[in-house]
Amino acid sequence: MSNSLRVRIEISDGASIPDPKDRRLITAWSISFAGAILALVLLCVFREDPFWLMLQFISDGVVVTFEITILAILVSIPLGLITGLGRLSGIRAFNLLASTYVEVIRGIPLLVQLFFLYYGLGKFFGLGGIPAAVIAMSFCYGAYMGEVFRAGISAVPKGQSEAARSLGFNKAQTLLMVIMPQAWRTILPPIGNEFIAMLKDTSLVSILAVADILRRGTEYAGRYFNYFETYTLIALVYLIITLLLSKGVSFMEARLNYYER
Amino acid sequence: MSANQPIISVRKAYKFYGQLSALSDVSLDIFSGEKVVIIGPSGSGKSTLLRSINRLETIDMGNIIVDGVDINEPGVNINTIRQELGMVFQNFNLFPHKTVLENLTMAPITLRKISGAEATGMALELLQKVNISDKAAAYPSTLSGGQQQRVAIARALAMSPKIMLFDEPTSALDPEMIGEVLDVMVNLAREGMTMVCVTHEMGFAREVADRMIFMDKGEILEEGRPAHFFDNPRHPRLQKFLKQIL
Repeated sequence: MSNSLRVRIEISDGASIPDPKDRRLITAWSISFAGAILALVLLCVFREDPFWLMLQFISDGVVVTFEITILAILVSIPLGLITGLGRLSGIRAFNLLASTYVEVIRGIPLLVQLFFLYYGLGKFFGLGGIPAAVIAMSFCYGAYMGEVFRAGISAVPKGQSEAARSLGFNKAQTLLMVIMPQAWRTILPPIGNEFIAMLKDTSLVSILAVADILRRGTEYAGRYFNYFETYTLIALVYLIITLLLSKGVSFMEARLNYYER
Repeated sequence: MSANQPIISVRKAYKFYGQLSALSDVSLDIFSGEKVVIIGPSGSGKSTLLRSINRLETIDMGNIIVDGVDINEPGVNINTIRQELGMVFQNFNLFPHKTVLENLTMAPITLRKISGAEATGMALELLQKVNISDKAAAYPSTLSGGQQQRVAIARALAMSPKIMLFDEPTSALDPEMIGEVLDVMVNLAREGMTMVCVTHEMGFAREVADRMIFMDKGEILEEGRPAHFFDNPRHPRLQKFLKQIL
């Protein structure tokens, strides 16, 4: 066994990011996107009741979904940066704190974290649905983001920080002016991926009576008993949003590589 | 400071990697304006010694005094000391997200607090000095290795350091580019810069060095003027080393 070649397979649960260099018209992305848009438009035009009405009904749910996702990502990015730096830090206490945080969070399903915060801690603090959702998602994704930052920062060659330090830059200046601007290139696409994964995961918060896309759909379906139509529409809405976002991430990635030949 | 006090003084420095000693009882004084070339087989500790002078490596025992300051004393601000110690690396290590000009101006603007215009003026002068003015707006990835190394030298000079440290500056270069980098270094030596160079370029060493240092297995085995060093080596390991590379 000692000589066996071990291959590590990286699988991401996020949407796949389209290759920015792929200029072909027909790609998995374009097929999915065109199909989803076409289906949505046709359904809304030819079966206005219930699809168009339903779409209007859930539109405020879309806002809530984005609200939670954006707030949670804004909190989880600095949290992830601190965690990633902690995981790389030579200061033992800082390192241990960050590693333990990642270990604990990764071992608990997000849904359980949500229940713990909302129902468990809710007994003492009475957190609202949206704050509970934002806190749970931030902490959960902060841990994942920590790994992204750690990988991104360690991917910058050691000579870069040595060059900066030898010029007289201190640690913070080196990180801000030399390491992070380069690490962003590797970090941003996975962060985009995490954002998309998070947006999908916010559907879990519908259980906490937060009126997100899924919750609004469920309310509508419960009222008119058209479950098939409702969840078809919900699926299309999520699909279109995530496809658009993954395209956005792809553009961003292309722009970030400006200084490469 | 008196004229005959060394600007760099390494005293009984030791450095261990596990069982291996990278530096073993190394003592060395370098005076202002001196050009010292350190040679030795790979793993001899010559890069470790160089990198210990600006504390990119920390020694385990002994003292290193730069410009009157023991750099390993607790409470010493190493960043201000490093501003006086320009360093050139084997792999250039230019900042790829900055243009050539920005590579030169970044440290002076941030650390020396000079104006952008002043820094730019100085940077352009330096680029002219290393013969690469036309690439000021280019990103490093578009330059050849020799060009990148010349920019790296200019970047270090932009901080107006008192001492320049060169860590095998031509080892990663294609043979046809070595000359252009050595030319820049020879000119710098002629201007009176204090230089400590780890290099395998014996022609350069003979032309420029005031003093040669031979290291092997973490020790300084021989020290002397280039003429003595090349024509009359005493230590058998130096004799063997020179035979292998010349």
